[in-house]
Amino acid sequence: MPTIQDIAAYAESSAKKLGIVKYDVYGSSVDETSVQVDKGDPKQVKASNRSSVIVRVWNPDGKVGVTSTSDVDPLGMDLALQTAQEASAFGVDDHIPDFSPEAVAPTADVQVETVPAAPVGDLISTLVEAEKQLLAAHPAIASVPYNGLAQRAIDRFYLNSAGALRQEARSYASLYLYSKTEQEGRKPRSAGAMRVNRGLPLLDIEGCLKEATEKTISHLDYDKVASGKYRVVFSGEAFLSLLGAFSNMYNAQSVLDNRSLSTADSLGTVVASPLLSVYDDALHPENVSAETFDGEGTPTRRVPIIEQGVLTQFLHSAGTAKRMGASPTGHASIGAKVSVGPSYYQVLPGAEASTEFSLENAKNVIFIDDLQALHAGVNALQGSFSLPFDGWLVNGGDRTSIESATVAGDFRELLKAIVHIEPEAEITPGGLCPRIWVDALSITGEG
Amino acid sequence: MTVAPFPTPLLKTNDLLQRDYAAPRDRFDSAWEATLSTLLGLGRAAGADFVEFFLERNNYISCQAEDDAITSLSPRLVTGAGVRVFRGQADCYVSTNDLTFNGLKAALDKALAIMGLTLPGPHTNLAEINLELLRDYATAKGKDNWLGQCSSMQEMGDVLLAANGALGQKASHVQSRRAVYFRDWQEVLVAASDGTFARDIRLTQSVGYNLLCADGEHRSSIGQRAGDTSDPAFLRQWDYSTAAADVAESAGKMLYADYVESGSYPVIMANKFGGVIFHEACGHLLETTQIERGTTPFIDKKGQKIAHENLTAWDEGLTTDAFGTIDMDDEGMPAQRTLLIENGVLKNFLSDRAGSMRTGHPRTGSGRRQGFTYAAASRMRNTYIAPGDYSVEELFASVEKGIYCKQMGGGSVGPTGQFNFAVSEAYLIENGQITKPLKGATLIGEATEIMDKISMCSNDLDLAAGFCGSISGSIYVTVGQPHLKVDSITVGGR
Repeated sequence: MPTIQDIAAYAESSAKKLGIVKYDVYGSSVDETSVQVDKGDPKQVKASNRSSVIVRVWNPDGKVGVTSTSDVDPLGMDLALQTAQEASAFGVDDHIPDFSPEAVAPTADVQVETVPAAPVGDLISTLVEAEKQLLAAHPAIASVPYNGLAQRAIDRFYLNSAGALRQEARSYASLYLYSKTEQEGRKPRSAGAMRVNRGLPLLDIEGCLKEATEKTISHLDYDKVASGKYRVVFSGEAFLSLLGAFSNMYNAQSVLDNRSLSTADSLGTVVASPLLSVYDDALHPENVSAETFDGEGTPTRRVPIIEQGVLTQFLHSAGTAKRMGASPTGHASIGAKVSVGPSYYQVLPGAEASTEFSLENAKNVIFIDDLQALHAGVNALQGSFSLPFDGWLVNGGDRTSIESATVAGDFRELLKAIVHIEPEAEITPGGLCPRIWVDALSITGEG
Repeated sequence: MTVAPFPTPLLKTNDLLQRDYAAPRDRFDSAWEATLSTLLGLGRAAGADFVEFFLERNNYISCQAEDDAITSLSPRLVTGAGVRVFRGQADCYVSTNDLTFNGLKAALDKALAIMGLTLPGPHTNLAEINLELLRDYATAKGKDNWLGQCSSMQEMGDVLLAANGALGQKASHVQSRRAVYFRDWQEVLVAASDGTFARDIRLTQSVGYNLLCADGEHRSSIGQRAGDTSDPAFLRQWDYSTAAADVAESAGKMLYADYVESGSYPVIMANKFGGVIFHEACGHLLETTQIERGTTPFIDKKGQKIAHENLTAWDEGLTTDAFGTIDMDDEGMPAQRTLLIENGVLKNFLSDRAGSMRTGHPRTGSGRRQGFTYAAASRMRNTYIAPGDYSVEELFASVEKGIYCKQMGGGSVGPTGQFNFAVSEAYLIENGQITKPLKGATLIGEATEIMDKISMCSNDLDLAAGFCGSISGSIYVTVGQPHLKVDSITVGGR
């Protein structure tokens, strides 16, 4: 595979040949291996070594064209720049993207050590042992149909014709274990857990096993739940998945496109209970995929989104920031249309709570561990959701697994109906978030 | 007595260095035979039971109009290959961007090493694999010039701007209107150690609308998409005027819709995309990947009744132009028509090569993948419930109070057979008549229970384009059904 310096040289040479003066390139190369096992034997091993880049070209009229390619040799870069040049004739006339004004600004000094890839044999034996332990944890656990252990090394870079050149390397390992139960006369139940870290030796395998086991066993004794309005407690992971599904609320590009639950005037307004504060912080120490620059080369940073219930700031690209008189926040991905997205959430208690809540003494509360099918059950533009979930009915500390049910509501109303945020945050791959208590959500039970 | 001379000297591994394996990167044809048969021979000589190469070239472009401007024109060029090595029933898949002989050999070497095998040493006799004469669906079916016949960038922009203009005229309370199009041209070449050698070109296109309307606190968003797999002129022939009228009408009706009241109702599912219910609740559970995992309740039900006797269902890759149509699957097997359920009785599963090897169910031409970074797996193609004997009017007349699900929003099925899907356009049925629009509905249930509750199928089968995400990535599929009645289903709402 070519190095980043090679790719920069190919781009420069192709641009010169094609008469292109202004361009930028964002790209990455990935080396990954993953394994799955089935009853003690490796089932499928996958490995991949691939690169891809996306190039933007400004034509003499100042319009931009874009092309992405996996062919990062001189021939491939020639074709990509040529196609982007052709596409530039159809680039937008208004609000034309430009280089980020911060593409050469210093990035955060984050020391992230990469972990060398483990031999495939180690991945297999680790996963076989984890599967064995999970199967032995309880007689009802009959299989671990969804399991996987993967490791990935990524080199990513951004460069432009004005001299910007950034690059960084990261490594990850991830483990997921999803087990299934079988009991005579009972419906099969399933539950699982996932862990992510910078490499195999750092993975919390014991923790993943413990969580998968406890969750699976907790769903063995299940019951239907009566439909109605309930006080609902979201796990950190469940709340973050909902927050992410409605990210148009604080996404500047969505606001400018009129495809957001917010408008430009929403900044400074109350959008949630004062108990809630939300930040996005790509550089948080718990973020194993901490990236110091975004797709436009802008340095990443901590951004307050909601503070004590007030919408404080939108996430920006260079273009949206320019249009809205703000600074880029390091949340851009380049493309034919630059998109904006969150990096790593940090949800914290905002104002001090006046009442204490605890699952140990709460009555008739629904605890939602995991929301499912967000791609289908969320209408992000309307603000509504209706989603199946895994969870329990909790009464005085006793948990009864819910057989099959959905939770429905309006996300804006949900944010305002938050009655408690627990002090201790869960660490998840998508961010940090404590359990969130919400009043009066609609639950529909099956049957 | 004369002794006949030896034929061409046998190939030895150290001869490889002297041979020219420069197959063309810009076209997959019989010029690749020497390269691939040699690599397959190396894999077999190393001790692999089966080796397969999958080569892909992809030329993709998407275009988007927002309001009255083209805001995105995005080409993507991809080249890559994957090699799959089986040893017994275990397999390994390695993918790479490097299509040189050495690049492919390195991928093979890595796959073999993972399986505990090593490439043969120098001076080893090497049996090249005797590949079949290239089965070239692309040339045989006149697809070689398809890419050049598709709409130009200029034409894409012109059509989408005109279409979005039409939508703006027909809709009211518009907050945002989008017209979107993509063209996905893919050339694939499959070569395997059983002699398989096949080439195809696929041309998948989709065009549609996404409309967001708002009036105070009332909001509605409606999407609609059409898809095609074999017509370069597809975009030129898009009837955007009719599509715009449909989308505008639906968005207008849903803008002031009440939220559905949760409960258990009889439901009439519209034809076309209503077929997602069968796709999610049953289709996925008939893939051999689910048998391998033990995650389908139908694992031992072949030949048994698993659905209402009025229900017959197919999965096939042959319907002209349908979004899931393929001439061959991604393992080089010709597509076929597979009867899944006949009058309620389970007849067949959908199987790829590995699934067949591991479960014993015969291959059905269902080995599909998003691209070269995925190994093929058993996946659906055009999947639909066959038409029945009832009229649509008879279905409605049978419902005293229920829900009409006109547009579905997508769904999923879990490892225990629980399914769910969202309804994006629904109406209340009272005494056989549609009375008012409803929003916010989600249908949930158990696959084994719902199949027996599909009691009436009308005679108006129609298909709709969809995307399906699963183990081998996102692929193009068709879902379909006639209007049908589900006697009772749980509707999640407020």
